[in-house]
Amino acid sequence: MTKTPEQINEDLLRPVFQTSGRFLVAAFLLGAFVVAAFATFGYQVYNGIGTAGIRRPVYWGFYITNFVFWIGLSHAGTLISAILRLANATWRRPVTRCAEVITVFALSIGAMFPVIHLGRPWVAFWLIPYPGERGIWPNFRSPLVWDFFAINTYLIGSVAFLTLPILPDWALIRDKANGWRKKVYTVLALGWRGTPRQWHRLETAMHIMAIVIIPVAVSVHSIVSWDFAMAPVPMWHSTIFGPYFVAGAIFSGIAALIIAMALLRKFLHLEEYLLPIHFENLGKLLLTMSLLWFYFVFAERLTVWYGNETSEMAVFWLTQRGSYAPLFWAMLFCNFLIPVPILALKKLRTITGTAIASAFVVVGMWLERYLIIVPSLSRKYLPYSWGTYRPTWAEITITIGTFAGMALLYLLFSKAVPIISIWELKVGLHKKAIGRSPLSAVRGQLQPTTDNAQPTP
Amino acid sequence: MLKVIYGLYPDPDSAQRAVNSLRGAGIDPRDIAVVSSEPFEEYDFARRDAATPMPWLAALGGVVGGVSGFLLASLTQRAYPIPTGGMAIVSLWPDGIITYELTMLGAILTSLLTLLLTARLPNWRIQLYDPAVSDGKILIGVVNPPQDLRVELEKRLHGAGGTEIKEFALR
Repeated sequence: MTKTPEQINEDLLRPVFQTSGRFLVAAFLLGAFVVAAFATFGYQVYNGIGTAGIRRPVYWGFYITNFVFWIGLSHAGTLISAILRLANATWRRPVTRCAEVITVFALSIGAMFPVIHLGRPWVAFWLIPYPGERGIWPNFRSPLVWDFFAINTYLIGSVAFLTLPILPDWALIRDKANGWRKKVYTVLALGWRGTPRQWHRLETAMHIMAIVIIPVAVSVHSIVSWDFAMAPVPMWHSTIFGPYFVAGAIFSGIAALIIAMALLRKFLHLEEYLLPIHFENLGKLLLTMSLLWFYFVFAERLTVWYGNETSEMAVFWLTQRGSYAPLFWAMLFCNFLIPVPILALKKLRTITGTAIASAFVVVGMWLERYLIIVPSLSRKYLPYSWGTYRPTWAEITITIGTFAGMALLYLLFSKAVPIISIWELKVGLHKKAIGRSPLSAVRGQLQPTTDNAQPTP
Repeated sequence: MLKVIYGLYPDPDSAQRAVNSLRGAGIDPRDIAVVSSEPFEEYDFARRDAATPMPWLAALGGVVGGVSGFLLASLTQRAYPIPTGGMAIVSLWPDGIITYELTMLGAILTSLLTLLLTARLPNWRIQLYDPAVSDGKILIGVVNPPQDLRVELEKRLHGAGGTEIKEFALR
């Protein structure tokens, strides 16, 4: 790609300045689903949590499945972006922002679900651990309180990690815009100019945050897994749950990122920026994670089978050949049997191939979260506490609505912010150019910098 | 009153030449203004103001966050003692999680705050800037140039490859 800075500005700012009919139609359709989800939530609040299908003993159903799924999906962005930044992977530049956005929105959607799940969401603030006069003790031993701290730390870190490198691009839009847009982006750019001091501070801050955010991301999904692993419920009380959840989260996150990139490439005409090599590299990562995910599933099931503990085996067989078996095998099909051949064969590891494999993985990972939660709750120890769970229309509508909500937020974001970091892309091209001419790379140092230097003719 | 005479340069090589040339004319490096749309970290002109205590402050922020997290959890446990069946009231393992998360949060917030303070953001007042920077031009200028060197500086800025030589004044 040999583009001038002006051409890059023009290509990547086009979606910000121009609104196509297709954008409006997509926003309207997605918005309709989101409105339906909100209306359903209102109906649930008015009529009570009985609108949902959660009943004794299965108190965690679609909503908590969605909570775990979306928090997992959030690992697409900040974690992957931070790793690629620290590794200084040069191909990362067009990818990082696409990824970081997923984190912020997926995390926000995921964090909504414990509130949606509450019977009385208007007292959701009771989740916040503060010593109040209401006499309910803030219990720091509860994994739900750990969730509060972990998710909020990750959300704050991810918002900062996403927003800071946007400042130079907002300054760019400020310079190019007129009218109300100019006013809005002038405020958003915070007066960014691009002095060496500002560039150094930004890069140092991004470096520190990349180092900090990786362990935070790992801790977030470990802590989400401990919501389950701390409970003596069959097939939950396992030491493998932390890494198992983290691996699954990264797996689903990469898949979501590939889908988002494929759609952006197609609909925003970013063919010259999101290149086959990006899909190829992410496809390889997805392949690795698919193999790793299979290892974790195998390790988890092998230990349970070998232990042969009655209550655990009840859940084990329920998912292997009982009523949940179709979902279990569908999960295996979506997460392993379909993606591995597609991603392993170079010929199939194309943009379409990786996008198809990713779509299967997203479905498979949602099923995985469902299969972790529901079967264990429906077969707890004594037969008197056995039960079944069927989602109601309300849960299904809200679930679909959140997927539409994610797509809508992404769409609106790409309207307000260049979805590819323009300045980082320019840095990449510039580095590539000086890479071709090694002498010019050190030209700055070779120039005389002392007082007796002569003016260049 | 702030006065700046500056040139716009199409590439970092010419910008570096301009900076070298200005230094050669005896201009204090602190009076040379640089504004660019990219960091250009390989070039000498973009390396000034690199020293920052941000990593140390982030570590300090982490320590403060961690101590606050531990105190929040342990003092609350003492203030609202739950019957624990003989187990410790202040439970170190779960408190470790709160401590860890707030350590990280402290480091993140301190980095963010340090960035904003040391990069002098937000700042919506009129400052030295040229919208051509957005198109990839690099602004190199001299802040409050000595009157007797003015013509000479203009010549040097032009000679280094400056496409336009402009003046910026702020009362």
